[in-house]
Amino acid sequence: MKMDMSQYLDVFLEESKEHLEILNQRLLELEKDSGNINALNEIFRAAHTLKGMSSTMGFDDLADLTHHMENVLSDLKEGILPVNSTVIDTIFKCFDRLQMIIDNIQANGSGETDNSNLINILENIKTGNFEAAAIIEKEIPVPILMPTEENSSSQESFAFNEYDITVLKEAVSRDFKIYNIKVAIDQGCLMKSVRAFMVFKAVEEDGEIIKSLPPAQDLDEGKFDNDFEILLISTVAADALEKRLGNISEINVLYIREINIDVLSTKPVMVNGVNNFSKSPSDTPDSPRSHKAKQTVRVDIDRLDNLMNLVGELVMHKGRLEQIGFSNKISELNETIEQIDRISTDLQAVVMKVRMVPIEQVFNRFPRMVRDLARDLNKEVDFLIEGKETELDRTVIDEIGDPLVHLLRNAIDHGLESSQERLKKGKSQQGTVILRARHEGNNVYIEVEDDGGGIDTDRVMAKAVEKGLLTSREVEQLSREEAIELLFNPGFSTAQNVTDISGRGVGLDVVKTKIESLSGEIFVDSKPGQGTRFRIKLPLTLAIIQALMVSVQDELYAIPLSSVDETTMITASDIKMVQNQEVIMLRGSVLPLYRLGNLLSVPGQSDSDDMYVVVVRKAERQIGLVVDSLIGQQEIVIKSLGRLLGGIPGLAGAIVAGDGHVRLILDIITLF
Amino acid sequence: MEENRNLYFQGSYSQDDEIQVVAFNLGKEEYAVDILNVQEINRLLNITRVPKSENHIEGVVNLRGNIIPIINLHKKFNLQSEGNEEDKRIVVFQFDDLKVGIIVDEVSEVLRLGKEDIEDTEKVYSSINAEHIKGIAKVNNRLLILLDLLKIMES
Repeated sequence: MKMDMSQYLDVFLEESKEHLEILNQRLLELEKDSGNINALNEIFRAAHTLKGMSSTMGFDDLADLTHHMENVLSDLKEGILPVNSTVIDTIFKCFDRLQMIIDNIQANGSGETDNSNLINILENIKTGNFEAAAIIEKEIPVPILMPTEENSSSQESFAFNEYDITVLKEAVSRDFKIYNIKVAIDQGCLMKSVRAFMVFKAVEEDGEIIKSLPPAQDLDEGKFDNDFEILLISTVAADALEKRLGNISEINVLYIREINIDVLSTKPVMVNGVNNFSKSPSDTPDSPRSHKAKQTVRVDIDRLDNLMNLVGELVMHKGRLEQIGFSNKISELNETIEQIDRISTDLQAVVMKVRMVPIEQVFNRFPRMVRDLARDLNKEVDFLIEGKETELDRTVIDEIGDPLVHLLRNAIDHGLESSQERLKKGKSQQGTVILRARHEGNNVYIEVEDDGGGIDTDRVMAKAVEKGLLTSREVEQLSREEAIELLFNPGFSTAQNVTDISGRGVGLDVVKTKIESLSGEIFVDSKPGQGTRFRIKLPLTLAIIQALMVSVQDELYAIPLSSVDETTMITASDIKMVQNQEVIMLRGSVLPLYRLGNLLSVPGQSDSDDMYVVVVRKAERQIGLVVDSLIGQQEIVIKSLGRLLGGIPGLAGAIVAGDGHVRLILDIITLF
Repeated sequence: MEENRNLYFQGSYSQDDEIQVVAFNLGKEEYAVDILNVQEINRLLNITRVPKSENHIEGVVNLRGNIIPIINLHKKFNLQSEGNEEDKRIVVFQFDDLKVGIIVDEVSEVLRLGKEDIEDTEKVYSSINAEHIKGIAKVNNRLLILLDLLKIMES
């Protein structure tokens, strides 16, 4: 049966990325503690699911590589192979390759790659030939094409412990029959867990499920391939069960076997098949509940925007109701309005919250990266993450990853000294890098801190002179802060050796530009010999910005606060003419003035003598915008003007103000 | 939900050779548009002027959190505005992802027009160029000019 899988591609990509994240995390744990069985189990489970998913989607190369990886993992679990660095490194390499394949699939829909070299290494490891595995990395890849297993979990089966046997014996003595049922769910079924639930429901009508493989919890969460087994005690006959299960759509009953209790001994015994890996079907008490995946629903961000619009509308109309109640003095209405007020405020908060995502999503990929970096650079790094539960708007989350990668690389490459150097300075051999996120008011702060040598301002200044950014005289007058600020100049990099990791000439200026495009700011503190801290300040959400509301005649406009330097009040007599251009003197410098009313051809003329000047910044140049009055600072939700009105110079979008009017947001850059 | 509604409307007229139209006045003339393109009809909301936009763009309004541009067809086609301010309405249209409103002097009614009642455009005179008109419908003693709004928007 060939199905069109394209509609499931998005789900597949998202899920496989999640699995890869789990794989990387757990493998790091395993690397630290090779006896961590839970981590190994989870790696195995995630790899297994990934394999099933990819072969379902027809990405055979992906499935093939995962399959070989799984073989090695299975031997690790069994204790046949030791957990050593060669194995861990190879598996990490496999993860990278998997990531690459998945990225390829996302980019151009094709998952075809030649993985024979990696597979070869895996095969060598499996046979215990670690030396060959270590050497073979650089050898010519040997093409090995393994057929993708059609059904990945066919070898799984139940293992029983003493307690299970007792329960089963008890059941038999009460005229229950024991069945081992294997059910396959149609490929392409999107809600596997629901089908599994329906199967459970159907057979539990007059029986009880003792065990399932994978465990019920995994089945609930859809964490399984396309088939699962259950062990059932029931009073009904096998054909009755089969008939009942036959009524459930999208599933296939592979077999229903009655099990003879006498075959079972108190030792773990397989009912059928080979015990390839003895996964205890019941959750062991120490299994990591904390890693239990949260139940989530994926929602298109547009729908959330829509929801937010509607809530905004509701709040607005509530305001009108309040007015009516107030002006007509209807006390009964007021009571109801208060209720609505409370509900709508809560609703607004909830909707805002729905858009928020824990920064964990971004942070989780860093431990792996830091580990690799530290290895490459031969440095010892203790990497700490704090506040990963801090929440940020989804749009910001998507953008913040790259700048952080950059800062972390900087910290490890430039910030931390080598182990010998650290020992010489009397520091601990292991350097510390801390990645920290926290809320403060309406902002989120993300910090990257290292306890390295700090920024060498002398070197920074020397470099600035060398690059022709400043003259040596200018440099002498710089304060330490100003010197550090030089780092953000385009094309600046202080790394003495151009390494693979950083120092490729694109540096902190890229980070700064990115942060600023997210309406954020970046600060640096650095103490010589003690370390450096980069602080990124970000707004909680991008859809909402701070703006200054101004008025010209009857019209109101919003100016993004990020482009406003200051405001000041002037009278008509303060204005001077210089070459036909209105200017004022502002603290000794000449500030050209533009009347907003003229720029926007607002009808009517202002006759007031007092006016306000909003000093805005356009490409390092300050300009004064003359307006009639300042209304105040306000948080605004940016909306697009749409296709018909898009691209009008000077306008960045629109907002719906509290009174329901549309107000326009000025774009300072294109206004003049 | 939106789709369901459209399906319902399609079903309601495609069996018999009729179309449903919303009829309205612009100046002294009567116009009509296919009801399938009409999202809603509103009183004149607070219209915000958009500086530097084309002359016939009256401005933008807030419609349940959406910013909708409003086109003034009087200005575009040099029509005189008639009737009471009270009767003026904004008719909001939706074409795929584009939502736009036009100001009309009065919305008169929703009508069913037989396809055979609709005539070709060249024969009839109107203030609006023939290229913006889909046809003319005769209902009793009235003449309804069927507008092609998408063309108007694109021009």
